[in-house]
Amino acid sequence: MKHPDNLKYTASHEWIRAEPDGTLSVGITDHAQDALGDLVFIELPELGRKLAAEEACAVVESVKAASDVYAPVAGEVVAVNGAVVDTPGDLNKDPYASWLFRIKPAAGSAPAGLLDAAAYEKGLS
Amino acid sequence: MHRTPLHSAHCAAGARLVDFAGWEMPLHYGSQIEEHHAVRRDAGMFDTSHMLAIDLQGAGAREFLRAALANDVARLKQPGKALYSCLLNEAGGVLDDLIVYFLREDLFRVIVNAGTAQKDLAWLEGLRAKRAPQLALRARRDLAMIAVQGPMARKRTFQAVPELRAAAEPLGAFFGAQAGDAFIARTGYTGEDGVELLVPAPQAMAIWARLADAGVRPCGLGARDTLRLEAGMNLYGQDMDESVTPLESGLAWTVALEGARDFVGKAALLEKTPARELTGLVLRGRGGVLRSHQKVRTASGEGEITSGGFAPTLATSIALARLPAGTVPGSSVQVEVRERKLDALVVKPPFVRHGESLLPKF
Repeated sequence: MKHPDNLKYTASHEWIRAEPDGTLSVGITDHAQDALGDLVFIELPELGRKLAAEEACAVVESVKAASDVYAPVAGEVVAVNGAVVDTPGDLNKDPYASWLFRIKPAAGSAPAGLLDAAAYEKGLS
Repeated sequence: MHRTPLHSAHCAAGARLVDFAGWEMPLHYGSQIEEHHAVRRDAGMFDTSHMLAIDLQGAGAREFLRAALANDVARLKQPGKALYSCLLNEAGGVLDDLIVYFLREDLFRVIVNAGTAQKDLAWLEGLRAKRAPQLALRARRDLAMIAVQGPMARKRTFQAVPELRAAAEPLGAFFGAQAGDAFIARTGYTGEDGVELLVPAPQAMAIWARLADAGVRPCGLGARDTLRLEAGMNLYGQDMDESVTPLESGLAWTVALEGARDFVGKAALLEKTPARELTGLVLRGRGGVLRSHQKVRTASGEGEITSGGFAPTLATSIALARLPAGTVPGSSVQVEVRERKLDALVVKPPFVRHGESLLPKF
């Protein structure tokens, strides 16, 4: 599993995938799910919510602790993955299939400071 | 950091290790929730060698413990019988909670928590010197401890360690017996049937391996915590400490206040009516996870969660909370979870017993 090369990462342990329609899918990394342990509760942002860059907009809670998930860019929430709310453990099994939400970047906004897999992993060690 | 005699078994099994009271202990071996379910449905085992057995030997051991403990060891009439008790200071504050076994009239064994072991030893040694200098106190760091818990725990233990069967099979709940150089007791911290083994440290690795071969799943402190929380059992240092009395900790049933017997802390307990009580909470609906230190609002004032978490057996969040006295089961309260106020129901622990939910329908 670990950290696929085709994704981008944040220092706050989100992964970001650019979709063909210009939106960005956001999830938590393999490192994040491993460090948190079994996930038991997930709260997603409301559809249509306008987010500032780096705004806390979702919560993942494990048996151990609660952790915020941040928007990688200013924009609007255009989709949420309701399935993970019902089975939070899916995030442990496959954190890259279990996206949390999709954001459409606001006009003129682009995510800043994203890391590639190698840089993300370097930051972990 | 201290290591138990089973440390290398945990490493070999890929355990996530954490510092627990100065001991490097397994948190989980992959999935805490699966370990939890293994104990509720089949059998799991915990390395509890960080806890300490203390033997009290000599004439007058019983009288000494009657004065030292809040529960009354006069209740222990048959050899092997165990009793749960708090150890109190003069102010009635909880120094520790423990299990005491009556082995012989001149030999009692006390098992105390890891984080408090040195404090307890010093405290008991102080009492001993003052009240019963003929007694010998012996810390048994030469013993390893393994708790095997779950509906299949005894069966699998006897399969794995058949030499224990003769001594252990007849044991009723809360009884222990010596079996060769091992001690086995039908006790635990999960709300399930099971046994706790005390064995000479050099034998621990082999017994652990045999239990694993018999299908007993290694479980870490994470599952131990959710299991004991579902079973409504307090965790020392979290649900109680020296700043509270057992009467404020849901443990009035373990304090033998009646009669003329005096014990350390008794006068303080009799002096005032407790203003707070420890009770259970169940989250209604979803919206978060109850955690320790969250504030609880009740009709008669504020309280605080002392232990909270997700209960895998119940698939919801539960907690122990210290609330104003008189907050009765069935009341609704609100818990501050991040910026929200979530509704919770007051219930009398335990939440789960022998694999079954005890929650009221709501």
